Amino acid sequence: MSETLLSISGLSKAYPGVIANEDVSFDIRRGEVHALLGENGAGKSTLVKMIYGLVKPDAGTMRLNDKSFAPSEPRAARAAGVAMVFQHFSLFEALSVAENIALGMETPPPMRALAARIREVSQDYGLPLSPERLVGDLSAGERQRVEIIRCLLQDPRLLIMDEPTSVLTPQEVEILFATLRKLSADGVSILYISHKLEEIRALCHTATILRQGRKVATCTPKDVSAREMAEMMVGVSFNAATRSSRPTGDAALTVEGLSLKASSQFGTSLKDISFTLRQGEVLGIGGVAGNGQDELLSALSGETATDPGSISLHGQDISRLGPNGRRRLGLLSAPEERLGHAAAPNMSLVENAALTGAERQGLLSGGFLNWPAARGFTKNVISGFDVRTPGPQVAARSLSGGNLQKFVIGREMLQKPDVLVVNQPTWGVDAAAAAAIRQAILDLATNGAAVLCISQDLDELLEISDRFGALNEGRLSLILQTSELSVDEIGLMMGGAHELDAAHG
Amino acid sequence: MDLSSINPALLLASLLVASTPILLAALGELVVERSGVLNLGVEGMMITGAICGFVIAVNTENPALGFIAATLGGAALSLVFAALTQLALANQVASGLALTLFGLGLSSLMGQGYVGIKPPPTPKIDFGPLSDLPFIGPVLFSHDLIVYVGLALVSAIWATLKYTRIGLILRAVGENHDAAHALGYKVVRVRVAAILFGGACAGLGGAYISLVRVPQWTDGMTAGTGWIALALVVFASWKAGRVLIGAWLFGGITVLQLNLQAAGVAIPVEYLNMSPYVITILVLVIMSADKTRAPASLGRIFHASD
Amino acid sequence: MLILEKRAEPSKGWTTLSPLLAVVLTMVAGGALFAILGEDPVVAIRTIFWDPLFGEFAFYYRPQLLIKAAPLILIAVGLAIGFRAGIWNIGAEGQYIIGALTGAGVGLAFYPMESALIFPLMVLAGAAGGWAWAMIPAVLKVRFGTNEILVSLMLVYVAEQVLAKMALGLLRNPEGSGFPGSRNLQQYPSAHNAELITGTGMHWGVVAALIAVIFAYIMMTRHILGYQIRLTGEAPRAARFAGVNPARIVLLCLGISGALAGLAGMFEVTGPSGQVSIDFNVGYGFTAIIVAFLGRLHPVGILFAGLLMALTYIGGEIAQLNLSLPAAAVQMFQGMLLFFLLAVDLFSNYRVRFRRLEAA
Repeated sequence: MSETLLSISGLSKAYPGVIANEDVSFDIRRGEVHALLGENGAGKSTLVKMIYGLVKPDAGTMRLNDKSFAPSEPRAARAAGVAMVFQHFSLFEALSVAENIALGMETPPPMRALAARIREVSQDYGLPLSPERLVGDLSAGERQRVEIIRCLLQDPRLLIMDEPTSVLTPQEVEILFATLRKLSADGVSILYISHKLEEIRALCHTATILRQGRKVATCTPKDVSAREMAEMMVGVSFNAATRSSRPTGDAALTVEGLSLKASSQFGTSLKDISFTLRQGEVLGIGGVAGNGQDELLSALSGETATDPGSISLHGQDISRLGPNGRRRLGLLSAPEERLGHAAAPNMSLVENAALTGAERQGLLSGGFLNWPAARGFTKNVISGFDVRTPGPQVAARSLSGGNLQKFVIGREMLQKPDVLVVNQPTWGVDAAAAAAIRQAILDLATNGAAVLCISQDLDELLEISDRFGALNEGRLSLILQTSELSVDEIGLMMGGAHELDAAHG
Repeated sequence: MDLSSINPALLLASLLVASTPILLAALGELVVERSGVLNLGVEGMMITGAICGFVIAVNTENPALGFIAATLGGAALSLVFAALTQLALANQVASGLALTLFGLGLSSLMGQGYVGIKPPPTPKIDFGPLSDLPFIGPVLFSHDLIVYVGLALVSAIWATLKYTRIGLILRAVGENHDAAHALGYKVVRVRVAAILFGGACAGLGGAYISLVRVPQWTDGMTAGTGWIALALVVFASWKAGRVLIGAWLFGGITVLQLNLQAAGVAIPVEYLNMSPYVITILVLVIMSADKTRAPASLGRIFHASD
Repeated sequence: MLILEKRAEPSKGWTTLSPLLAVVLTMVAGGALFAILGEDPVVAIRTIFWDPLFGEFAFYYRPQLLIKAAPLILIAVGLAIGFRAGIWNIGAEGQYIIGALTGAGVGLAFYPMESALIFPLMVLAGAAGGWAWAMIPAVLKVRFGTNEILVSLMLVYVAEQVLAKMALGLLRNPEGSGFPGSRNLQQYPSAHNAELITGTGMHWGVVAALIAVIFAYIMMTRHILGYQIRLTGEAPRAARFAGVNPARIVLLCLGISGALAGLAGMFEVTGPSGQVSIDFNVGYGFTAIIVAFLGRLHPVGILFAGLLMALTYIGGEIAQLNLSLPAAAVQMFQGMLLFFLLAVDLFSNYRVRFRRLEAA
């Protein structure tokens, strides 16, 4: 038995107009935690999809256990001992934990036996989980456990993990790492996909770095500095966003005792949220996905009306105002979900510019839309925020995620907001564009606007925000000066104190 | 007005008969919707089943062959819906409507020469002495096979959805087709099979109207039963047991209003005729409060992007 | 192996072309069907699509074209507005019946008074009747979240019973020696929707249909309401984010389509049909659904689709007379047209590619 578990050589895959992977080769040893590092769009996802049998390579071969390996479907990959934990979990909210796990197995045992196995394995690996609970009621961290246990029950040789820590608090990350180290010690290989350099240095034995679909290097993370890896990953170096020092001004947006019942069965209720956002500051709201971020944005944007007196702008109660009423007063927002929420996928960029711009850009007269003016506004957004598009008439869905994000952020910024609320402003955006968006947020604050930035990217929040708070199960933590925070404190804020006790007790 | 002419045992027995077509159609649609597909063509598949069953039963003098033909006819029509929505990725609402409009035309065309003919009678099952039991005999043991098929289907579908792997996969596909696809399940195949099953059930239910309930052929004779079956699935919160209760409720209303008409109650016949539809609306209003149980992928188009 | 690839944008060419392709495919499949029924397919197709316009008796049939197309277009324009917003009013037939009853009812109430004000009053009453009937599913949807598809459809059956009750009761002709049905409005000049230009089939309903097309076109392309309706259909969450009140859109869309269907019913019962009778309605409310889709939910497209569908009605009548083709054949023909349209629509949103099977 050789030391190599999976050997990849010359894998290539092209989509119309894009080369996702070109001639990628590397080996994964038994029991090794192997990092696959790269920016968004570097081809990491396509590569693992080929290993997992979801995508067929155009060229190249793989060998698993010294045998030719070409899975035609995930089932075949699983049968060969390859398991995968997806970034966006492939779970069924209305089904129980045990049913979800049964669906991921070829020949599941009877439900009662399966439930017992789930309890056993989850205890062994320090990932407590109750088989009867509905997945829709679980937190993001618990959902990930469902996926991991689903994989572990199949005794995998190779476990693929796609950005697993993006949904975890720092404390949960430690628990996960302990589990992964134990697996590695048991001889299971792990292919760990991430763009977080410190994590990789803490966990992985080997790292393969991808850039624009090609392998750039394979290295030992412990021997290389994070900076060196970053340069290999990005190719050029980026400046961190800069801000000029600025005094914070008067209270712009005041939220007091904001509570909101969840609108759907698996939504999160907001509980007694209070904070003040001042002119000229960036307030960062962290927290793991699904802890009330969407709900907070829709309460602030005006999509959901809240109790009178709970939200005021410059002292004026706006709790009952709709989105356009708030826009008129200078409160603009950009939701996380670009397609379907911030923009209508099948409508043109011009029509999407009118979506939030009609009010403040004067695109309406007597109820009729002034399309030429909307077109002019669209062109300004496109040129001002470097949106790569053939023109303003194309449908929003034809833009790449990063370009659409630039369009959405630019659309709000060019309307000169007094207060801007953004959720996940750089999610899925390449490094250069993300840096540009962060800089634009800071510039906006420097010019006196107040910015509320909700994000799951801690590094981003630490970089741009003056003060920091975190959402946990719909509650907002204390808000502290970012410069005085330690990583431990942030973890406590994100975890919510009571949950932390439960995890340790 | 003579309400004493209404015999409770016969009323309950005819309730079972009256509820069978709607029960079968609603059970089929339940399975279809549980797989995440909304087929609004139930009315079209029912009437197609009604005429297919009628034509074959009359020509072969064999009601059993008629029911088989109805099942096949309903399934064949649903195959068109499956092709449109699962292969051509057409809008499910529009495709379902097309199915109903087409089915009404097709059945009327096929039924040209069959108006006014009586079909061969469908035999009742002989339960021997059981049928002679007072009250229970006429209510429970005086029916043809299809009534019992309907009742058996209720428990079969309930058990399949709850306890079997096929049921679990069906529910998974209906809840989240992208996740099911990612796990390697054949979303389109599962859905096509569910649609065919739904078509077969609707066809059988339709034939029960033309061969047993009425029994003769007239154009558009299903008269909205298929639509009420659709409402019933919502009423039942996508649960097989509740479909049975709902079907009995509607069967009961139909039988009761016919009995009231026969008894000469002083309510205008038009009001009695419209009562099942009005009550359907009322029930929909009451049940709409609870929308949480609808399959999450219901009506959404699935296209595997890679 | 054939694979589907989603287009970045819907293909403009296919969007225009697919209705035409659907018509051609329907002719081919319909011809095959007629062949099975033992008719010469070429003769049958020519009878349906050619003879009404250019045949020997075209002078008689041509006016029929406008008479039959007007209600279809009027209803379909309204339905299409709702369909654009994802609001499925499929009970236009019921709104059509109620509009006819209220419209004719107002007229009959004034009988035998003559006044130029009576007809405009009837028009308003017809629109109001259809609107009110459509408000039932609208209000239930807004207030309780009830499915408007099922409610509006159920109300068709209810409306048919109301019609029966009215034709036999309240609106029955007192001089009709006990026969069901109202007075003939064609013989009551103040309430008669007469032909405006002799021999053309042009009546007030045709005028109303043209106005509706223009009005809908302007609203959908230029006005904020049309924009909000389209946005609601494309992305409901984005619509909320844009400040659209979903309840208002539901009330608006069902209201417009109900009022237009009511108008169509009123113009029909006071003109071509002439009296309220148990079965004056012939399913225009359902056929209009096909017209709306065939016209790409676009007002101008609907204008052409309505004329085409009217042609099949007239052609079907000729075929019934000359070839003794059953009336149901046309209904099936129309259903088939919708099938083919939905199927070829695939090409507007997806690109079909041929790819060789890879060696596994």
